[in-house]
Order: sequence, then C-alpha cells, then structure tokens
Amino acid sequence: MTEPLLRVRDLKTYFVTEQGRGTARAVDGVSFDLYPGETLGIVGESGCGKTVTSLSILRLIPEPPGHIRPGSLIEFEGRNLLALAPPELRAIRGNQIAMVFQEPMTSLNPVFTVGDQIAEAAIIHQHLSRKAARARAIEMLTLVGLPDPAERVDHYPHQLSGGMRQRVMIAMALVCHPKVLIADEPTTALDVTIQAQILELLERLQAELGMSVLLITHDLGVVAGQADRVVVMYAGQVVETAATTELFNGPLHPYTEGLMAAVPRIDAPKSRLQAIPGQVPAATAWPSGCRFHPRCPHAWTKCTIEEPPLLGDGEHTARCWLVQEPARRKREPRAT
Amino acid sequence: MTLQAWFALLATFVASTWAVGALRRRMARHEAGRRFFRHPTAAWGMGVLAFFVLVAVAAPLVTSFDPRDQLDIVNLKSQPPSWSNILGTDVYSRDLWSRVAFGARISLIVGALGMLVAITLGTLVGAVAGYYRRWVDAVLMRGVDVGLALPRIFVMLMAVALFGRLPLAILVLVIGLTSWFGTSRLVRAEVLSVRERDFVAAARAMGAGPGRVIFRHVLPNAAAPIIVSAALGIGNVLLLEAALSFLGIGVAPPAPSWGNMIADGAPYLATAPWTTLFPGFAIALVVMALNAVADALRDALDPRQEAT
Amino acid sequence: MTAWVVRRVAASVAIVFAVVTLTFFLMALAPGEEMLGQDERQVDPQVREELRRQFGLDQPPLVRYVRYLGQLARGNLGVSFALHRPVADALAEAMPNTLLLAGAALFVDFLVGLALGIYQALRVHRLPDVVLGNVTLFLYSVPTFWLALILLLVFGAWLRWFPVAGMSDPIICPSVASFYCAMDRLWHLALPALTLGFVGAAGTARFQRAAMLEVAAQDYIRTARAKGASERRVVLRHQLRNALLSFITLFGLAFPFLLTGAVLIETIFAWPGMGRLATDAILRRDFPVVNAAVLIASTLVVGGNLLADLLLAAADPRLRVRGGEGEAA
Repeated sequence: MTEPLLRVRDLKTYFVTEQGRGTARAVDGVSFDLYPGETLGIVGESGCGKTVTSLSILRLIPEPPGHIRPGSLIEFEGRNLLALAPPELRAIRGNQIAMVFQEPMTSLNPVFTVGDQIAEAAIIHQHLSRKAARARAIEMLTLVGLPDPAERVDHYPHQLSGGMRQRVMIAMALVCHPKVLIADEPTTALDVTIQAQILELLERLQAELGMSVLLITHDLGVVAGQADRVVVMYAGQVVETAATTELFNGPLHPYTEGLMAAVPRIDAPKSRLQAIPGQVPAATAWPSGCRFHPRCPHAWTKCTIEEPPLLGDGEHTARCWLVQEPARRKREPRAT
Repeated sequence: MTLQAWFALLATFVASTWAVGALRRRMARHEAGRRFFRHPTAAWGMGVLAFFVLVAVAAPLVTSFDPRDQLDIVNLKSQPPSWSNILGTDVYSRDLWSRVAFGARISLIVGALGMLVAITLGTLVGAVAGYYRRWVDAVLMRGVDVGLALPRIFVMLMAVALFGRLPLAILVLVIGLTSWFGTSRLVRAEVLSVRERDFVAAARAMGAGPGRVIFRHVLPNAAAPIIVSAALGIGNVLLLEAALSFLGIGVAPPAPSWGNMIADGAPYLATAPWTTLFPGFAIALVVMALNAVADALRDALDPRQEAT
Repeated sequence: MTAWVVRRVAASVAIVFAVVTLTFFLMALAPGEEMLGQDERQVDPQVREELRRQFGLDQPPLVRYVRYLGQLARGNLGVSFALHRPVADALAEAMPNTLLLAGAALFVDFLVGLALGIYQALRVHRLPDVVLGNVTLFLYSVPTFWLALILLLVFGAWLRWFPVAGMSDPIICPSVASFYCAMDRLWHLALPALTLGFVGAAGTARFQRAAMLEVAAQDYIRTARAKGASERRVVLRHQLRNALLSFITLFGLAFPFLLTGAVLIETIFAWPGMGRLATDAILRRDFPVVNAAVLIASTLVVGGNLLADLLLAAADPRLRVRGGEGEAA
C-alpha cells in the first residue's frame, strides 16, 4: 500500500460575502487522497466547490474575500502546504504541483508570446538562460503535439485556436515535470472533437511523465474515460468516493445515481431526460442534516436532522444513511 | 446673519442628510442601489449635492443680504468672516455667503443645462453613428474628431470675440455645443455593441422603424455610460464656466457666479484671500461630489458586475 | 500595417486642415470689424482703409483663403495685425516658453500620476489608498486656475519659496547660458509647472489605479501565480505591462488638457507663452495670429492622439500582428 502523494483532510474554504448575506462555505470539510501515478476525478455540478478545492491546494484563493480555515490540512509528500512560507510555496507552484485552468484564452497573458510564457516557468524554477528556456519551450510544444512548434513559439495567444491554447497551457504546466497536475475543467471550453484530443494528450503525458492527475470536471463521460478513482462532490462536501468501475456499476449515493440517470444514452430507448428535481442550494445556507435531502427521492426524517458521515467499506464510501439502512430505499417507478 | 437665516441653513443641513438617508433606504431594494451606496463617498457626494441644490433653491431664506447689495463701502469692504457676514465681504462690501448661495443658482443651472445640451447632442450623434454605421458613421465621427481637435477655450474665446459678451442662454448653448464630442464616442461604442443583440433583431423583425428601435430598445440598454457621462458632464461644465468667467467672458457681473467671484477676488488675493477661497472651494466641493457620485454610478450600473 | 499608418497620418492631416479652414472662415465671415490693434481705433478712416488694403482684408473671404493656403504652403504664417510683426517671429518667442511649461507639467503629470496610481492599486482599500484617493479626487475636481492662485498665495506670497511671476529674474538672466540663470529659470518654472502637473497627475493616478485593478482581476494573473512567480514578478512583469497599455491612451487626452491649462496658468503667472498670445489675439481679432495659434493647437492635439495610436499599435500584440486564427488544434 503506497503512501498518497497528496493528502487533503477536512479542507474548509469560506468566503465573506457583502454585508448581511453571511459566509459562503464553499468547501466545507473535504478529504481525499491522491496516489502516485493515478488519475483522480472530482466530479460535481457548478457550485459544489470543486474548483475552489483545486485552487485551495495551491492557495490561489484571493484572500480577502476567501480564507482557508485553520484545521484544514493539505499534505504534499508529507509537508503541510498550508503552513509553508511564501517562498517555499512558490517553489512548489508550477514546479512540483502545476495547474491548468478552464479558459485558455483569458488564462494566457495577451502581451507575451506563448514561448515566453512557457519559458517563464523554466526560468523561475530551473534558472535556465533565456536561450535554454526557449529551447525547452519548443520541446514542450512538440511534446503536446502542437504543429510547427519552432514557429508557434513566437506567436501570441490570440493567434492560436482554442485547442492550441489549451495545449500551450498544458505545456506551460509541465515544463518542470511536476509530480501532480491539477486540471480544472480543461476541456469544458472546447469543441467536443477537440475535447477528445486534449484528453488523449493528457493520458499520454501522464503515462510518459509518470505524474498524478487531479481531474476536475462536471462531465461524467470524461471521468468514465480518464479517471482511476472518482470523488463526487455536492454542496461543498464529498458525497461519494470509489474506483471508477465500482462507481459506474453501483453508485451508492442518490445524487450520483441522479447524475448518471441524467446523462442521455444512445443505446437506451428514447425517454424523457431524468433531471434531479430542485436546485443547488446557496453556499451561504446549506440545508440542515444531509445537504441533499431536499432533492432526494429517498429522504426520510433522519436525513433532515442528522448529517451523515462517509459510510461504507474502505474503498467505496458514500455520505448517505442508505448505506446503513438500505431497506429505506424507495422502489419508485421511474417515469418513462 | 439673521436668526431666521441660521435656522434655514440648519434646516438645509438636516434636510439634505435626511434626503440621502431616505434615498439610501429606497435604493436598498435594488441590487444596483445597494452597490451604489457601498461606495464610501457616494452617500457623502449625494449629501453635498443635495445641500447645494437646496441652498440654491432656498437662497433667499438661508441668507440675510441681497447678493448685489453693497452694504457699507466704507466700513465693510473686504472684511474677513464674522458673525454677521459668515464668509466675509468682498471688495465692494457685498456679503460673500449671499453671493455664494445665489451664485449656486447660476452655476448649477449653467452646469445642468449645459450638460443637458451636450448629452442630448452627444447621444443623438453617437446613436445615429453607431446604429447606421458605414458612411454615416464615418462622416459623423470625422466631425467629432475635428470638434475634439480644437480646445474649447479657444472656441469660447472666439465666440466672445466675434459676438461680444454672450447672454446667459447663449453661453449655456455654446458650452453645450462644444462639450458633446466625448459623449458621442461613448454612446457610439455602446450602441455598436447593443445593436448586435438579439432583441434588437427581434424588434426590427416586428417592423419597428429605426427611430423606435433606437429610442425604445437600444438606448435604454446603453444608458449606463450616458448616465455616468452626465454626472461627470455637469462637473466639467462647472469648471469650464469658472474658467470662462475668470477670463472675463463668462457670466457677467454683478450677477454672482462662482467663476466670476474668483475673478473678482483674484487681484486682492493677498489682502482678502477669502473672496477667492470660498467660491473656489464651493466649486471644488460640488465637482468632487459629482465625481464621487459618478464613480459609484459606474460601479452600480456596470453590467459586468451583475451578481450571478 | 504601413498602409494603416499612412491612412491614420493622412486622416490626422485632414482633420487639422479642416479645423484651420473652419477657424479661418469663422473669423472672416463673422459680423463686426476686424480690429487692427487697440490703438488703431482712433485712427483716421482713410488710414484704416489703407491698412485694410495692405493686409488684403478688402478681398472676398474665398480669395483670402486661397491666398492664405498658398502662404502656408510656403511656410509663411502672415503678419500680425496688432503686433505689426511676422506671426512666425511672435510665435518663435512664445512657443518655446509654452512648450517648456507644458513639457515640465507633462513630465510631473505622468511621473507622479503613474507612481501614485500603481502604489494605490498595490495597497487597494487600505489606508494609503483611501487617503490618496481622496487627495486625488480633490485635485481632480478643483478649478486649475483657482489652485494656482491658492498655491501662489501660500508658496509665493506667504512662504516665499517660489517667485510669483515671469520666467526669470531680469538681473540674473541677461543671457541664457549660465548656471545661475538656468537655476533661476527652473525656480520660476517650478510653481506653474507643478500646479498644472499635479492636477493632471490626479487624473492620471485615478485612471492608472483603475487600470491596474482591472488587470489584477484577470485570469492570467492567477496563472502567473500558479507558475510560482513571486509577487514582484507578477506585478512588475504581468500586471504593469498590461496596465501600461491603457495608460498609452491617456497620452491623447493629455494635450487638450495641457493647452487649456496653459492658457489659464500663463495668465496667472505672467508666463510669456502661447496661451497669452492666443488669448490676446482672439480678443483683438488679430486673424493671422489666431489662425496660426489654432493651427498649432490642433496639430498638437491631433498629433498627440496619433502618437498614442501608434504607440498602442506598437505595444499591443493584438493590434500589431494579424496572424491566422481558427486553425485545427
């Protein structure tokens, strides 16, 4: 049993909102492990806190209005990232743990060439000369499969298409061969065909460089294809953790079931899309007890009062009382 | 100053504070209203503006002398502030506070009307240029470029040189005619982006003519920069009027305007500085308030900051 | 790219041309007598007629205009009615003084304004920002000439730190070339230039603060941090570079402000510059001087805008390079 590369324990990131609206508890006690060489998928709707979780790892949350609560723990190779002094943290950012963001157009600086921006990471961490860094940049562009890398290295972001920009972002993140790559919705802003190419690229690079990937997405399809293990998030909490195949074969949490049922299938007979009734609650006012209970078809009194902890055997856990009392599961006829 | 005037002045303070408070409460219902008052200087700015407007409206009540009255040319000339003349007297022994209060009328009216002319013209030209585009746009915007190339002071000086000292109405008109160019560019940019939106296409598909489309659909959505421009515009006109009066080509004495009061006081700067200080301070306060309000308006009306 | 530059320059020339034409006809067609200087009013009408014929004022406006264009093409700015000397001479005396004043003011404006704006943005919402914000708001809102008067009173009359009028002391400065004379001129330049400069700086600071804050909110700043860049690098390399792009547009707006300010400041400080020359000429209907002044003023304004546009095109890659987009990933 290997040691996890990254351990997150009871992470809480809160945001102060304008007067009178209260505190938004965007991430409210999230824990998971990331092992070497694996791809962990974090899946959930917008507003569930997955992006804030990923930003919290590298402490990229703007403070104010956000802050990571004391008592949270983020351990990387045994060191608590939340206790590091700024210079030590900077030595890890882009070097040991790197991040790729959702919107490649706005995440790239419009006034510098892509080559400059890729080389910057090498210059900061490896102290390469400008010439050497530029050569590295061309290497990276080749690695990520960008055509004509020697020419493209001097292009500006606005001269590239969306897919190419995302490849540049990936190249930028991987320059220093990080051990962990956090990819926050890397394909959401791209066309479906380009999505497939980028995901393939990530898979190839992960194998070649032997790194761990934290893949954040709202798309179950992406998770099914890429992730070894999955963490499902809802309302700032982890609601289910499992290996991918386990999850898709037998989800435990009603939310996960709802997510899967909502995906239209080509091979099933045409029927109405199953939506999860209700809306994601506001982060300033999570429901009492189990946060999913207002939208859950199986909820009973206990769910409204007591918040369930993560229940189940070691590998497959879910934050749901049904794990303890499976008989309470209602056999509702599904609408056709 | 008489007791009645003191009471009236106190009442003005109270009224403006109360008015801002009431406005704040009413605005709290709207997202934009809350954002507006979140600015620390917004409330202060509105208060100052309310105060000066009230003073201008109630000028005879808050003062105890006539602004053109030379009280006592022998004894009361160029006196520093005292209990009877709270801001002092000028070189003609006129009460300075009365002149500031009545001057507020002229300065604020010139400011508001001048801004109205400028904003109307600027909005019309900008909207037409932005809506019709092509050659209409090209011609109009070249005209705007020409207008912007000539400093306003020169134009005003020329107008006076050619036509003699301008009556107040013409002065306001000319100020407005020379101040609309910046607004037209702003409006044009907004209209250019708004006209691409779907609801404009829908309106046109329904058979609405260009006039209707512009006025009822495009402009209300382009309103934000126009409103901010208006707030700033009053300030600009106030400063311009002051500069013109200082040069001797603005509002003619003995009618008090804050600008010509500074001009009157300038030669006696060393011996009676208050005659220059107070009118200038009044302008500075009002323009500051307008700028603060414009800043807050800009944040409040900025669609990019709408809460999701 | 060069085609665009040529087009912009041609457009600028056309605008200046239009302005000069407009002014010419405005003055020529306006009612009332063109005054040939104050003293001429008492002159014999016959002498008056003779002078008018001398200056070519008896011709119809269109003829005068064509003749004027011809003169301009040959570099002749005409002869002043009131001063009885070539306009070019009067300008050559006055313009350097105004350029000196405006140049010094511009320097103070941009230097102080940029520094303040950037500093405020780095300490946003904290005490230095709030205090400086109110100070700049005040300076931005005061009438420039009133501030000049106040500063003149305080620093010139009361504290006697600076002289109150003129460009130089006639005793120290009979000739330009001497260290003491240069110092004396600087001393005289200080108050007017600082006044005009600080008011301009207030506007620049407000603008630059907003530009810095806008850039700070952008995603690519977060990316730079995620790469492990130090705060210093993030601000100086990423934030500043982008914020300065907006600053360039300020260039175009600075010139009209300086021109207007120059007119008023020169009057207050008795600075023998173009502002005074032009104001007097306009009020005396001294056409040749007015036309020349308008020509120069509009050239400066239009030139400033053109310079700003060119600088922006050179500095912002999005405007400069028109590469191909939309290719396959």
